Amino acid sequence: MSVAARRHPALTIGKYAALAFYLAFALFPLYWLLKIAITPDALIYSEGTRLFPSAVSFDNFRTVVFQTDFLAYFGNSLTVSLATAAITTLIAAAAGYAFSRFDFMGKRIIIALMLITQMFPLLMIIAPIYRIVGQLGLLNSLTSLIIVYTAFNIPFATFLMQSFFDGIPKDLEEAAMMDGCSRFQALRKVVFPLTLPGLGATLGFVFTAAWSELLFALMLISKNDAMTFPVGLLTFVSKFSVDWGQMMAAGVLALIPSCLFFIFIQRYLVQGLTSGAVKG
Amino acid sequence: MARIELRDVVKRYGAVEVLRDINLDITDGEFIVLVGPSGCGKSTLLRMIAGLEPITAGDFLIDGARMNDLRPRDRDIAMVFQSYALYPHMDVARNMGFSMEIRKDPTEERKNKVAQAAATLGLSALTDRLPKALSGGQRQRVAMGRAIIRDPRAFLFDEPLSNLDAALRVEMRLEIARLHQKLGATMIYVTHDQVEALTLADRIVVLNGGDIQQVGGPLDLYERPANKFVAQFIGSPTMNVVPVSGTEAGVTIANGKTIALPHLPDTQQAVEMGIRPEHLDVVDPGAGDLNAVADVVEHLGSDTNIYVKVDGVGPLMVRKHGNIPAKSGDRLGLRVRSEKVHIFAPDGTALRRAA
Ligand SMILES: Nc1ncnc2c1ncn2[C@@H]1O[C@H](COP(=O)(O)OP(=O)(O)OP(=O)(O)O)[C@@H](O)[C@H]1O
Ligand SMILES: [Mg+2]
Repeated sequence: MSVAARRHPALTIGKYAALAFYLAFALFPLYWLLKIAITPDALIYSEGTRLFPSAVSFDNFRTVVFQTDFLAYFGNSLTVSLATAAITTLIAAAAGYAFSRFDFMGKRIIIALMLITQMFPLLMIIAPIYRIVGQLGLLNSLTSLIIVYTAFNIPFATFLMQSFFDGIPKDLEEAAMMDGCSRFQALRKVVFPLTLPGLGATLGFVFTAAWSELLFALMLISKNDAMTFPVGLLTFVSKFSVDWGQMMAAGVLALIPSCLFFIFIQRYLVQGLTSGAVKG
Repeated sequence: MARIELRDVVKRYGAVEVLRDINLDITDGEFIVLVGPSGCGKSTLLRMIAGLEPITAGDFLIDGARMNDLRPRDRDIAMVFQSYALYPHMDVARNMGFSMEIRKDPTEERKNKVAQAAATLGLSALTDRLPKALSGGQRQRVAMGRAIIRDPRAFLFDEPLSNLDAALRVEMRLEIARLHQKLGATMIYVTHDQVEALTLADRIVVLNGGDIQQVGGPLDLYERPANKFVAQFIGSPTMNVVPVSGTEAGVTIANGKTIALPHLPDTQQAVEMGIRPEHLDVVDPGAGDLNAVADVVEHLGSDTNIYVKVDGVGPLMVRKHGNIPAKSGDRLGLRVRSEKVHIFAPDGTALRRAA
């Protein structure tokens, strides 16, 4: 029991009320997504804003999976996101380590440039990127997306990784080097195991960013078989109607990889791995 | 095992000169303690010997071979860090055996050595714990274990005990002394603690502002400090220093009293006189060289510290063995043991007859 809670019961109630309100607020859109996905088509409009549908059906999911190109979009997205996350994290880890441990000429300039790239609205550079990708002959390919996403995520991912490396005491590496490691061995045997939370966080961050990116995917991909999932979602919007039920069902399915991914990496996100290294 | 030489070693960070012309000869098996005020470059010097910090100029030799450009792993030196720097993801046994793991020594041999070191350091029951489940003292022992397991040519310690409480510090100090006796290895030890320095060292190196002030045995530094800095830095409580004017026969204190110093040369050049608190005797008022009034009296049981205000001179400290029945406000006389007086020239160097 915390001290605050013992002090006044009203405070406790207030605290939980605030938490409950926040949770409801944050989760309601997700609930609504799920609700519409399982509402039979016939009831979507007639029942309007009722909190619970009077009947439940999984027809939307069946249709999405078996009668649309959804699985292909899904696969494309998975390829793009995993590749982006892996490549970005690899580069960001190397760059972050260098920023954290070495002093080299032009370090400040590179950091400043990387910050500047984060300041422009993406819309400004869409046209040039389109031209570049076009001239490279990479339009309508997943490769183009991987390259563009990687380029855009590297600065932030690098700063993220740098801060994780900064959190690992330099003494540890030096101790390892005194113990007979080369710098690379020290990195592999001591620093790397301690950076797993950072790698996990960076992977998760980049994966989610790539998974939900729409703007570039829309610009660079126009062929159906290279579409990623966010673009594919738009195919549920036709000229005359929006297939809400199927769109929401596809949305629910799209959440699954993100959830799985975070369940998978969450144990690496748990902090405190470095405790006990140095006198706290 | 290892004779370590530093020849005109210089360390610069950009334009900042952190260490200047360091010359030091450390014989095999010697226990050297580096002391000096914060920021004087002790850690930097140690890290240069370890190979963690490049040497800007000069030579660093082990057993006659130049080591300046060798990587830490090729120098065969072990270091105990102030922060202990234990690998948090490895248990105690693996922490201690890590160097052998890297060297790819046979597993059996490694296990034996780890067990042996753990037994020596009283860690046998803890070998499968992670560092975070250890107390500060236990972590310190693991850090030492990691160093001794390697059988290195030399040991470096950077304030290894400064994070421990007083009782544990005494215990670990004895342990380090024992370790040195047992291994007979060359050790270089950085500390802030006078007692550690005086008790452990074969020779003490006093650093200040990037220069070596004096190198010598603990008693040398106490009895024959080379300058005012060393005089005030070594010894606790600190040496009293008062301004004087030098004469042919001795020095004259501000109260007009002249102290004859026949054993010291060049007394005319003296501008300051140093006298340790334990070298002032308490006598009846008027009977000594100085007249004073007791300001604060500290009874420590074994000793008595008396902070006095000396007429015409200012505050001094007196330390007497045993219990002196003095109390605040008492008037007393002080006699200077002239044979224990140090005198300093204007540049701070001690004036002394060549030995
Ligand atoms: N990377 C650096 N760049 C510039 N100056 C530095 C750097 N590292 C250390 N210094 C300077 O070098 C001097 C010596 O530092 P060092 O750490 O050796 O001191 P120290 O004697 O170990 O002090 P302490 O007793 O506080 O540990 C300090 O004045 C410090 O400011
Ligand atoms: Mg230091």
